[in-house]
Formats: sequence, C-alpha cells, structure tokens
Amino acid sequence: MSALVIRNLNKSFGGLRVTSAINLAVEPGERRLIIGPNGAGKTTLFNLIAGEMRADRGSISLFGRDLTRMASRRRAHMGLSRTYQIITLFPRDTLLHNVMLSLLALTGLRWNPFLRLDRQRDLTAKAEAALARVNLAHLAARPLADTSYGERRRVEIAMALAQNPRLLLLDEPFAGLSVDERRDVQKLLAAIPREVTIVMIEHDMDVALDFAERISVMHFGEVIVEGSRAEVVSDPRVKEIYLGE
Amino acid sequence: MSARIPVLVLALAALAAVPWLVPGGYYISISSEILIYAVFALGLNVLVGYAGLVSLGHAGLFGVAAYATASALAAGFGHAGAILFALTATLAGTAVFAALALRATGIVFLMITLALGQILWGLAYRWISVTNGDNGVPVASRPAPLGFALDVPSHFYYATLAIFLLALVSCYVFIHSPFGAGLKGTRDQPRRMNALGYHVWLIRFYAFLFSGFLTGVAGILFVYYTEFISPQTLALTSSAEVLLMVISGGTGTLLGPIAGAALVVIVKNIASAYIERWNMLLGVIFVAIVVFMPEGLVPGSVRLAHWALKAIRPPASAGKAGAP
Repeated sequence: MSALVIRNLNKSFGGLRVTSAINLAVEPGERRLIIGPNGAGKTTLFNLIAGEMRADRGSISLFGRDLTRMASRRRAHMGLSRTYQIITLFPRDTLLHNVMLSLLALTGLRWNPFLRLDRQRDLTAKAEAALARVNLAHLAARPLADTSYGERRRVEIAMALAQNPRLLLLDEPFAGLSVDERRDVQKLLAAIPREVTIVMIEHDMDVALDFAERISVMHFGEVIVEGSRAEVVSDPRVKEIYLGE
Repeated sequence: MSARIPVLVLALAALAAVPWLVPGGYYISISSEILIYAVFALGLNVLVGYAGLVSLGHAGLFGVAAYATASALAAGFGHAGAILFALTATLAGTAVFAALALRATGIVFLMITLALGQILWGLAYRWISVTNGDNGVPVASRPAPLGFALDVPSHFYYATLAIFLLALVSCYVFIHSPFGAGLKGTRDQPRRMNALGYHVWLIRFYAFLFSGFLTGVAGILFVYYTEFISPQTLALTSSAEVLLMVISGGTGTLLGPIAGAALVVIVKNIASAYIERWNMLLGVIFVAIVVFMPEGLVPGSVRLAHWALKAIRPPASAGKAGAP
C-alpha cells in the first residue's frame, strides 16, 4: 500500500489552472522531492494534500484512506504533518510552548479548560524531547521572537516531528538558511526514521537532490517528469525548464 | 510566585475593606458597579483578548440576562429560578450569536455582532408585551441568601465581590489551561492551528459561550443592582463602552479589563458630578491611553515601571567600566 496516492488532481483559481491532472504515488518510507520553477503549483499541491484547499477534481489517499473531502484538522489526526514555506509559528510564546501546542493538538487534553498546561509533566517532557531532537533543548524557555531564522525553521520541524507523523510535507525547509544552518537541517532530516515518509519541496538542488530517492518535476501545474536523480537530471524537458537548452 | 502572594493578600484586604474605606452607601454602590462591569469586561476580554474576536454586540447578551431575570421574577419565579432561567437564556442566546458571528472573523465578525446586538436592542424596544418597551421592567426586590439581605449596599457589595472573585479565578484557570492555550493559538495562527489538528471554529464557539456566560452573570448582577432594566442597557453605546473598558485596560490581560471598568465607571459616576463635559474627559483619557500606552493601562503601567526601575538602578556593568 502506497503512503500517498494522488489521482488526477485538478485545482483552478478562476480561469487559472494551478494544478492539472496530477498523478503521484509515494511509497512508505520514501523521500520524494518535488521541484519546479516558481509558479509551478508545488505549494498549491501541498495545500491540497494538507486540506487547506479543496481540489476541483481528483482524489488523495493516505495509506489507503481517502482524504479528498476530509477537513484539514482531521488529516493531522490521520498522521499528516507539514511545515510552511513562510514560517508560521507563535512568536509571543516560548519554543517549548510552540512544541507543546503541536503535541496537545492530538490529545483529548486540548479541550480541558480546568487543568494547568504548564503542569502537564508528560507533555512537557515530550516537548523537551522534541526540541532536543532538533538541538534546541537549551533554548526551550526562550520566546520564539528572540530566536534566529534558522532556529525557527528547526522549531517548525520539531513541531511536525512531535506529532509522530506517517507522512511529513516539508515546504522549502532550507529557504533563507545560512550554509551552517543548512548543514544542521540536512543532518536533522537525514536522522528522521524511515517510518516517516517525506515529501519535500526545495529549490536548493545541492542539498535536495542528495536527500531524495525519487524526484517529481512540476511545470505549469503538471508533473512533467518523474524518476531517480539521474533520470531527472538527464531529461531534456528538465534541462529546458532550468537551463533553457 | 512568592512575591505575588503578599500583593494578592493586600489587594483582597483592600477590596474587603471598601465599605469601611469609602464614605457612604452611594460610593459602596459605585464600587459594586465597578465590580459588575469588571465581570462584564472580563467576559468580553475572553473574546477580544484571547480569541482575537472583537464583538460590538455584547450589551445584547448582557441585556438578555437582565431582561430574563426581571421577566422571570415578574412572572412569579423565585430568585434562584430566575437566575437559572437567565443563565440558560443567555447561554442559548450566546450560542445563536456565536453560530452566526463565527462564520467570519475580523471586521465582518464585528459587524455581525453589532447587527445582532442591534436586533436585540430593537426587540427590547418593540416587543412591548414582553419587555414593556421604553418603560422597562422593574425588579421588586433583591434576594436574601441565607438571611444576608442584599438590599443593604455593603451586603450587595460583598455578594458582588464574591462573584467577581469567582469570575476572575475562573478566567485565570481558563486562560492557563490547555483549552486556553489552544484559544490563544487560534488568535495568533488560526491556519497553523487547523493544520496541527485543532478544530478552530469549535474552540472559538466554546470561548464565545464562556464569554457569554460571564456576560450573563454580569447582566444578572446589574439588574439586581439597578432593580430595573430598560432598552438603553442594550444600546450600541453600552457595547462600545465595555469594549473601551477592555481596550483601555489592556486586552489579553486579566487585570486590564478590571482597570478599564474602574476607569469608565468612576469617570461616569463620580467625575460627572464635578465636570459637566465628562464625556469629553473620558475621550481625552482614552486618547492619552492610546498615545502613551497603546497596549492598555495595565501592561503600559508595567512597562513604565520597568523603565523607571531601569533608570533608577545603576547598570550592572557600571562598576566594571574602569576595569582593565
């Protein structure tokens, strides 16, 4: 059973077709890279998979379960986590609180208006462990607003991993990072166990091509090429898109 | 935490001593009014401060509680029955309010709550068979729980103080709870909260119910305080006034709405005895708050106190300035 199966997925904004008959199958444990020029429809595809946009046509299934009409929040409970191209966190709160919110989302405790959140030792310990996983345990009590861009990227990943996802969508996790920060995030992603299937959008080919086993190239809302690194790099259509040859 | 306990004890002692500290029954009643509006403002603050949803229709819910209490008493209910009926009616009204208003956020949410508040105000004016129209509904007497007659101003003050403290504690527990954390998350990043697995709409709905409940409690206290309810209480100006209490005191803080309520009630009832144009005075105060403490009186005062302390204390590195 595939981890993620997308069939004939279409999405238009008025007269503009953003994704057109996309078909994609990602196997469990796979590292899939999605590349393409700006405006190719990559982030829209992620928004469709995560349920933040409704598809006009087509279907999406996660480990055999149809998600197409499922609310975004329920997809998180099914094991789907994502990060955002533009960092979307809680700047007033500490790093620990950010990760606790992520953990809390999947427990019944989130509806409790009587207990004190900061006295939930089990949840706190899990959040600390999630921060330790991205080497940010020492900054747990720091407000997010007082951290660097690279640290925030890592908090995003920590929040996604804290939910023990089965499928992780990473939207440009290396965007805006320095060389050192890229190396840190690269190590971090390499350490994610194979139980987690990863689909990643990335523009930095140096790091992304090393990471992925299979690559899908999108152009004008369509997947035009799919294959291994060697197959994609040698494909004339990819050369045309990226190099204009 | 240890430094907070003496401050808390001192504040409680000061609140308990109010009937002895202020001169006469009138000022005791004004103190009760401050506490009633503080409960109202705490209720609105749940939405404005912690959910990021600005309502301009809360006077409608306040009025529903007041009219329900007065009408139930007029219909022959006992005080307990009337209060229970009023709370149920307010919660039902809040649920309808929330279901309609939460279809949107931001300015549209504000406009929907304004419209709903105006509908209730219109009903209070025109549904004469129930509300007695412009003449209002009187309340014959205040309750006397366990022989503690609330007709006496100091007794009414203590009853109001007890309910105010319960409301304050319930707000404190609520905002520090997992649910409160989720609510604040929906205020800051609703899209992210949804992607994390939170039911953003339902969280806001429950918060609206809690806000409506506190508003209802304040409405019941108010109708017993004035022993009369008329459509004026549901007017847009009442909703705007309580919103100004929250904003001027400091949204998203526990003490801000209380400070805002005290400010407005004092200017309205006390300063107005000395200054004919007290509305202008209130306006000038609000402008001053917006200019000098845009975050509100309480957080602004804390900021200024920190600034003053820093200015007084010599910098830690001052002694080392000449060190090699």
